[in-house]
Amino acid sequence: MRRTISLLLLLACACGEEGPEPGEELSGGETTVHDTTRNAFTLAARNLQGERRDAFFVGNALFNRNWVTAPSSTEGLDGLGPTFNAPSCAACHFKDGRGKPPTEPDEKPLSLLFRLSIPGQDAHGGPVGDATYGGQLQPQSILGVPAEGHVALSHTPREGSYGDGTAYTLEEPHYTLVDLAFGPAHPELMMSPRVAPAMVGLGLLEAIPDSALEALADPDDKNGDGISGRINHVWDVEHGEVRVGRFGWKANQPSLRQQNAGAFRGDIGITSDLFPEEECTAAQQVCREAPSGGVPELEAQKLEQVTFYTRMLAVPARRNVDEPEVLRGRRLFRELDCAVCHVPRYETGTLEDAPELSKQVIFPYTDLLLHDMGPELADDRPDYEATGREWRTPPLWGIGLVETVNRHTRFLHDGRARSLEEAILWHGGEAERSRERFRNLSATDRAALLRFLESL
Amino acid sequence: MKKHGWMALVAGALVSTGCGEEPLEEARARPVVERYAALVNENYTDAVEKARALQTAVNVFVADPTEAKLAAARNAWLAARPAYGQSESFRFYGGPIDDEDTGPEGRINAWPLDEAYIDAVEGSPTAGIINATDSYAQLDEELLKSLNERDGETNIATGYHAIEFLLWGQDRSETGPGNRPASDFVDGGTAPNAARRRTYLKLATDLLVKDLESVRAQWTPGSDNYAKQFIALDAEEAVQRILTGMGSLSGAELSGERMTVAYDNKDQEDEHSCFSDSTLADLYANAVGIQNVYLGRYGGQDGAGLDELVAQVDPALDKKMKEQLQASLDAIQAIPGPFDQAILGAENSPGRQKVKAAVEALKTQTETLVDVATALGIELNLE
Repeated sequence: MRRTISLLLLLACACGEEGPEPGEELSGGETTVHDTTRNAFTLAARNLQGERRDAFFVGNALFNRNWVTAPSSTEGLDGLGPTFNAPSCAACHFKDGRGKPPTEPDEKPLSLLFRLSIPGQDAHGGPVGDATYGGQLQPQSILGVPAEGHVALSHTPREGSYGDGTAYTLEEPHYTLVDLAFGPAHPELMMSPRVAPAMVGLGLLEAIPDSALEALADPDDKNGDGISGRINHVWDVEHGEVRVGRFGWKANQPSLRQQNAGAFRGDIGITSDLFPEEECTAAQQVCREAPSGGVPELEAQKLEQVTFYTRMLAVPARRNVDEPEVLRGRRLFRELDCAVCHVPRYETGTLEDAPELSKQVIFPYTDLLLHDMGPELADDRPDYEATGREWRTPPLWGIGLVETVNRHTRFLHDGRARSLEEAILWHGGEAERSRERFRNLSATDRAALLRFLESL
Repeated sequence: MKKHGWMALVAGALVSTGCGEEPLEEARARPVVERYAALVNENYTDAVEKARALQTAVNVFVADPTEAKLAAARNAWLAARPAYGQSESFRFYGGPIDDEDTGPEGRINAWPLDEAYIDAVEGSPTAGIINATDSYAQLDEELLKSLNERDGETNIATGYHAIEFLLWGQDRSETGPGNRPASDFVDGGTAPNAARRRTYLKLATDLLVKDLESVRAQWTPGSDNYAKQFIALDAEEAVQRILTGMGSLSGAELSGERMTVAYDNKDQEDEHSCFSDSTLADLYANAVGIQNVYLGRYGGQDGAGLDELVAQVDPALDKKMKEQLQASLDAIQAIPGPFDQAILGAENSPGRQKVKAAVEALKTQTETLVDVATALGIELNLE
């Protein structure tokens, strides 16, 4: 994989560390907002003006809105379910932030969902849903329709220690389907846990040109660094062709519009022009017979409004960029090769319909590519070209504010990591070498690296 | 006096004017900050008193649910709203009302709410917490607190709008508000679980009073509380908070979330007080609240406001600000009620044009508030 070393302005500081490049604290370029409160992820791109800003508020209201059972007095907002994970987008992306696995004994997974599939591929190379339970487990349902079932969680401790002897314990989660309403699922059923990611900067990620990702991809590891980033090629429903996947934990969605329409259908049970069929398999007759909230339930204009909203959510600025410890962490992040996959800097392309997102210098810390992360993190469930051991590098911008916004520090695809530190320690496969370097750092250096991550 | 609205200022920077004085000179700014704390207390005191009157009316109603007593409770609710609406000018800067950890705002005035989360709706006769006799056998204050905003920002179980929904019911009328019969609260009447509905209404009202009292306690003069800290703040920081509250309410909240969204969606459910059709009064109260702070006024009480600070550095800007604050109020007043009907119809319908004009007036006023901040040497980051 090629790395471009950008020319950095060398700033002298007491610690002798290289300073940040100019504008590096503005993670989202001109869209960046300065807010460190609970609302840090909820704000409109700073450069969004006038009627376009109004449109953001409209999308925001839809994002927060509870969908209700059809038929109802609010015709524009009915058609919930029949089975679903949550009644609104905001239920899982609370404050536009990050979901988490259950942390209380009786808590049911809300912002953690489970994709289901059986061996084989559909006509477009995507996963095949279970004949009875479909492509996703829906643990909630409207009155008179059975919910599909639930997931029981258990944990096993995994002991480990740092190079300096400091011990740590990770928590490995296990998931079991329980209370299944329609009998057993396919014997070779594959399940993949997915926690709701934060919503910031998605429009900017969409504005990174395909060519930039292609330049970063190194599927055969030609440069011999042990890291092979791969693009996931997925089916674009709207255009009826294969496109570059960018969104989702396995980069299985080509665009925000499709991601959103997919979530409306899969998570809330709301059909749209892109996905006109309810998530009711032939085995679930009651589900199929439940009243519909319209054909489709989500008017095209509303999908447009929500999609605009998801594109225009701002990225909060970094904090403490000049702090010596943060600068030291910044250097270590690069020295440990974290930045090989968590690529810091891009310039977005030009989008005719979104000048706010065009030609922006941004710092998302991702390559949006698939990487083999080793057996410990594997879900063993392929998704288009992504294998059961591959995950898309998630962006890191905003992670230092997750605790403020969402009152938790659960990270990774299923929220198993209870801190940023644990998230690093779970890295395996292509990231094993970087993890080992981290494990063998001094306590001071480990703290500095974490301090850098918290500044993002 | 030199005008320097053009200067790019950084919060915290010392600004010198041609006359060698600062726009926020301590001697002039301190009385304004102190007056602000006093008017906040006056406003919350009013809100508490009106909520207590509502509490009395609700207690009378649940003891003997008649149509006349329901009407009295509804009137008490309507009478309680303007004081709270004006107080929303004190939000958005992490003060007592919406402090990140302790602020009860989400329990007091959250909207829009999903009716079916609380009680039966047309087509779902057994919906809601009130009818969930198995899941929530015992209704109490702790339960309502825990259920508010659980699993989603529109799962609202408490506050003014939950009470409003219980008093009025769903609004499906094109000419007036909801019209829930009093018999929904009578055992063996028009809806199951009447006793639980009475309990719920009383619990929600009691909690509202309690929450408002807790906010007011933070502004009571002479106590060791937020007001004391606020008055002791650096003048610049205090004025920054004051302007952040006004500007956020004026822009993102009032013209954006509360008006533009309804205007764009033409959706009856997307208006602030949709069950009682009193949204216009809410909008008006918000705009009055912003004007109050600028003038240092609440009700009949008047004192040193931001206007006096602005007049010192830029009399023309002060005049413009006052005119625009009034213009917004006039524009809101010109919207033909009820709001949920004004937003319907063609783009050139009188109602829609009047709503649009009010939105524009509020946007203009928000921009001027940013200029006011700049004139006072403060950079106002309105997101």
